Amino acid sequence: MVHSGTSVGVSVRGLGKAFRGTWALRGVDLDLAPGETLVLFGPNGSGKTTLLKILATLVRPTRGSGTVNGADLVRGRDQIRHRVEILSHGSALYEELSPRENLSFAAAVRGDRPAEGAVAAALERVGLGEVADERVRTLSSGMKRRITLARLLLRRADLWLLDEPYTNLDREATKVLEAALQEHQERGGMAVIATHNFLDGLKLATRLAILARGRLILDEPRGTMTLPAFQELYALRTEGGGR
Amino acid sequence: MNVLVLATEILRKDLRIEARSREGVNTLLFFSALLVFLFRFALGPTEAQVRQGAPGLLWFAFILTGLWGMARAFQIERENDCLEALRLVPGDLGGVYLGKVVGGCCVMVATEIAIVVMFGLFFHLDLWPAGGRLVPVLILGTVGFVAIGTLFAAITAHLKAREVLLPLLLLPLVIPVLLPASRLTELVLAGESLGAEPHWLRLLLVFDLVFLVLGYLTFPFVMED
Repeated sequence: MVHSGTSVGVSVRGLGKAFRGTWALRGVDLDLAPGETLVLFGPNGSGKTTLLKILATLVRPTRGSGTVNGADLVRGRDQIRHRVEILSHGSALYEELSPRENLSFAAAVRGDRPAEGAVAAALERVGLGEVADERVRTLSSGMKRRITLARLLLRRADLWLLDEPYTNLDREATKVLEAALQEHQERGGMAVIATHNFLDGLKLATRLAILARGRLILDEPRGTMTLPAFQELYALRTEGGGR
Repeated sequence: MNVLVLATEILRKDLRIEARSREGVNTLLFFSALLVFLFRFALGPTEAQVRQGAPGLLWFAFILTGLWGMARAFQIERENDCLEALRLVPGDLGGVYLGKVVGGCCVMVATEIAIVVMFGLFFHLDLWPAGGRLVPVLILGTVGFVAIGTLFAAITAHLKAREVLLPLLLLPLVIPVLLPASRLTELVLAGESLGAEPHWLRLLLVFDLVFLVLGYLTFPFVMED
């Protein structure tokens, strides 16, 4: 894993984003060390996706600043883009290309040169080896989601940003995702996961956070937090509107 | 990421998609045939009228099919949020622009050749002798149109009224390309050489260059937030 700049990890301070005068994110402070997985919970519209997009450099913050492995979120966008991989709502797949061609294209435009057979291996791992050369438009939505998972596995990015990663994934594919995250953590990789899925989210987390109305109202180590205890805490914090 | 490598990857991907998606090519060919068919009725059977109106009508047909092609190039990227993934490409996003321009030119020139052939067949014109001089005019005119069209297709890609806004914004801007291109087409069809009125050729070359440089430099900002 390549690091440059003065520090490793993610650090943001006072991060805010307004869309046409409406604040989607307000004063978010966040730190993430290598090997940590932060699972971000929050009601719809709480700013989870906006935060992920800012960390991916897809959206510029209106206020505040931040770094990913020492690279600034605005001035160091190119450096960050080499180090992050985002799994968002859209599959970012071309329907007329095959899974193999989609993965090869994604790697090529990012300047990656996967090892010989790496694309095939990633597709095999998510159970799509047999349809690697079929056109994506002929595949089911679950299979398309698996291709995006294979794309994630193919890149050894420092920071994974996963927006509702469980959507359309069956149990088998969820296990692949969990194993991949485990390996990513062991390599010292970081992950921020936005989800509504308490059960799976808690399983993967080393840190837990809650966003409500654009504010980070909870950010603490996973520790020994149980599912019922977290659900209770979540209800308490978010039903109060995050105040 | 090297700009030329990125441009080549985008071009390869776009051409592969175009080759596989019968929807795009078939629609363009059908639309072109329909236009030429309508022109046949509009101009009537007199050869003098046809020869007089041919250059303008040809470029009118090229622009109409070209507009559709421009919009389609970014429709492919809008599907499944592919455009967002392209924005995450590290390095100079001008490479995406160059790939899109070359891909757009390939598709548009292929369509233009089909239109010219159909035009010759429908109007009983022997365009073959002018072919060698006509192709450079088509290429130069297309480069200018696609260079500025790609930029505006990217600008309007996320807008709800993009189908209306793209022609509204683009058509006035392509006049400096359209005028010399149609005049040069007229010369070529009349059996003259391209050098007969060199100022039109120079004007076309200048605007090709201006639009290409403008598009290349502006496109990365359009792609960003």
